[in-house]
Amino acid sequence: MSEKLYNNLLFQSIFLMSFLILVGLLIPNWLVFVITKAIAYGLVGLGIITLMRGGLVSFGQGFVFGIGGYTAGLLGTQAGLTDAMLLLFVSFLFTGLVGLIIAPLLARYRDIFFAMLSLAFSMVLYGILIKIDAIGGSDGFVLPESTYFGIKPSSEYADYILYVVAIIMTGFISILLRYYYDSTPGLIALAVRENELRVEYLGSSAFNVAVLNFTIAAGLGGMGGALNGIALGHIDPEFTYWTTSGEFVFISILAGYLSVPAVFLAALLLELVRSFSGRYFPDTWQLILGLFLILSIIFIPSGIGSFFKQFFDRLKKSK
Amino acid sequence: MSKQSLLRAENVNKSFGAVVAANNININIDKGEKVSLIGSNGAGKTTFMNMVTGYLKPDTGHIYLKNEEITQLDPRIITQKGISRSFQIPQIFEPMTAWENLLIALGTSQKKHSYFKNARSKENGDFIDEILNRFALNEFAYRQVSELPGGVRKLLDIAMALVRKPDILLLDEPTSGVGAEEKYPLMDTIAKALSGQGLTVIFVEHDMDIVQNYSDRIIAFYQGAVIADGNGNTVLNDSNVKKYVTGKTEVKAN
Repeated sequence: MSEKLYNNLLFQSIFLMSFLILVGLLIPNWLVFVITKAIAYGLVGLGIITLMRGGLVSFGQGFVFGIGGYTAGLLGTQAGLTDAMLLLFVSFLFTGLVGLIIAPLLARYRDIFFAMLSLAFSMVLYGILIKIDAIGGSDGFVLPESTYFGIKPSSEYADYILYVVAIIMTGFISILLRYYYDSTPGLIALAVRENELRVEYLGSSAFNVAVLNFTIAAGLGGMGGALNGIALGHIDPEFTYWTTSGEFVFISILAGYLSVPAVFLAALLLELVRSFSGRYFPDTWQLILGLFLILSIIFIPSGIGSFFKQFFDRLKKSK
Repeated sequence: MSKQSLLRAENVNKSFGAVVAANNININIDKGEKVSLIGSNGAGKTTFMNMVTGYLKPDTGHIYLKNEEITQLDPRIITQKGISRSFQIPQIFEPMTAWENLLIALGTSQKKHSYFKNARSKENGDFIDEILNRFALNEFAYRQVSELPGGVRKLLDIAMALVRKPDILLLDEPTSGVGAEEKYPLMDTIAKALSGQGLTVIFVEHDMDIVQNYSDRIIAFYQGAVIADGNGNTVLNDSNVKKYVTGKTEVKAN
């Protein structure tokens, strides 16, 4: 019984979430903020690895990141909606819907054409956002302080509460994604990645797989954008800029598509590299990030997730 | 048209520029028949197969499956309607194991999918084990398919096509790329795996001994046209078949 519980994904995830929530009480506030941002970026990266499992890479996830951020921001400033959980959820749904609308166009393309078309969407959105003065133009705008079930936490605990909410919501989304990856449609997505023609000749639609995965990726990207906006308390068109999209691709390459937790670890590494190099090597953090990426591709081409997979495979064999 | 007609091609034509790949093809195939398509390279066998499976669309003419027109349908829809195929070069998912390949084939054949249920269920596993057993693939189940020998890859490719329980199974040169000594054991395994299912099998083959032994009807192609159609004895002794396909003066029939 205890072994069965130990192997249960839900149990493992709840244990990990509880651990991280407790750790949040012991670490400094700046690190809580960095981890929350890493979770936001990790959510977008999780969307990209969902696409990668089906053989696609998006260079324009800044598009959905921005839509999610602006959705949360505008709901806060224009509709007075400040509940962080509700904002995250609504941003997830709305951006997922936007994804579902544009996915049939994107899903007709593959490889670099898919990647560049997704990038084009993000650049168009960037161009529009910097021109709309009503929502702050290139400066963006400030989000109202978040509430939780109608309660506004004191500024001392605001970051930690958001961190807890981020961990819980992301934790459950990660569990659902893990179930999806292991389900029949999830496996068919892997087959599409390897041989699309054969999948069609087995009676499944590679197009539908791409639409589904892009919609999921859009929802996740939107939620990530909303979380990032809430954490920063500010949103601006940089959310949709191509360099931001590049960072999400960086996270996905570093993580690989084999493991869900690896994406968040990769996002955390990115945030830490950015924070430390920004502090100790100002204006050179892109150089450090680039070197970091080169070393990652050379030494761990399948990403950090391959270590996770090897570890768990060995664990299974030893049993 | 017979009562049991399963697949029917009517006045099918297809050209690639000046090359005529299908020249007024009229073929009727009944349920349960084992039909082989013969002809030299470029005779139109694979073009016919590709039109039946929807990869190519005829310039003119119609193709019917169970009296329903499928001429302009996509491969995916045709597969769902009951025609599965294997390939001359096995189209399998290389980084996965044979078991996983069959799991994906099984998944694609299931009408209802749960997005939150593990595909590696006991029920699916039992079904895959039975397929592996039927094709004598048990010992290769958990090996990555990129490491498997050619004959085993062919069998896996066919097994994947069969998972859907199609009405018609098209095999594109099932023994090509397989050593001479492996051909008969391979065909025996295929025949055994397919037996007792009332399945209609159409296969493209160049080895006339295989054709004679494993089919009850032969259709010979030359320059996109059907030049002979009938049982082995009749077709292989047809003068045009001898001249354009087999190049033999005499063929000993079973």
